[in-house]
Amino acid sequence: MRETKYWTWHMAAGVVILFLLGLHMLIMHTGGITHWFAPHGGEAISKENSLARDGMLFFTVTYILLLLVALYHGLYGLRTILFELTLKPAVEKAVSFVLVVVGLGLLGLGTWAAIAAHAIAGARG
Amino acid sequence: MAEIKRHDNRLGLWGWLGGGRWGVERYAYLLHRLTGLGILAYFLMHIFVTSLRATGRYVWLKGEFFDRPIFKMGEFLVFAAFAYHALNGIRLVLVELGFAVGKPIEPVYPYKTSLSVQRPLLVAMMILALVLVAAGGYEFLGLAK
Repeated sequence: MRETKYWTWHMAAGVVILFLLGLHMLIMHTGGITHWFAPHGGEAISKENSLARDGMLFFTVTYILLLLVALYHGLYGLRTILFELTLKPAVEKAVSFVLVVVGLGLLGLGTWAAIAAHAIAGARG
Repeated sequence: MAEIKRHDNRLGLWGWLGGGRWGVERYAYLLHRLTGLGILAYFLMHIFVTSLRATGRYVWLKGEFFDRPIFKMGEFLVFAAFAYHALNGIRLVLVELGFAVGKPIEPVYPYKTSLSVQRPLLVAMMILALVLVAAGGYEFLGLAK
């Protein structure tokens, strides 16, 4: 039952990623065509455009949400692939533990960066 | 709680790589795994690199470390992998939830499998993925400027 629940979350996270990462990709990689959320013109990845997006609460919140669901989806997917190699139960536990620690560590780093960047962009006005 | 019965994975990594006689969906599965692992590897590095902006370092700007053709090419590959993984993923979720596979029927010869019922969905998703990759390539090649 527990694995079924994890798998359902994996699928649900995929649907959330589809929208959030889809938006991120459209802004970053078709910016030359769409010019969305790049108020200073030019490339979407320029410092001015990055700061403009960091200053918007919408982007800070969605960056953290995307980070959470993408880490879960990616690391759970990796765990599924590794478990298919028929690991010993003790190794499975160790793999799960390492992936949880890595996931929480990266979630902490990314969340701190998104909040700090929002504060920096806010201070610049 | 029922105990999970464990079966040995006799084929190991070859079981992922060899599509055998299982048709195009088996290769779609393989590509889904490879693109997923590629995106994950990029994503973990992306978290570190983009977090540097909180310390005032924008290492992807012109003249900085990541402003090299090899990284631009890598980014395009990630974009293409995302396009494929996302659209094939939509198909997988729909099939998992029972959509696009038809209603259960009696197995009367000549058999019609749910694989062939969902195949138009696979084709439609692959065409959409190609359109997205083409749009991304247009941007990456600098044609959009």
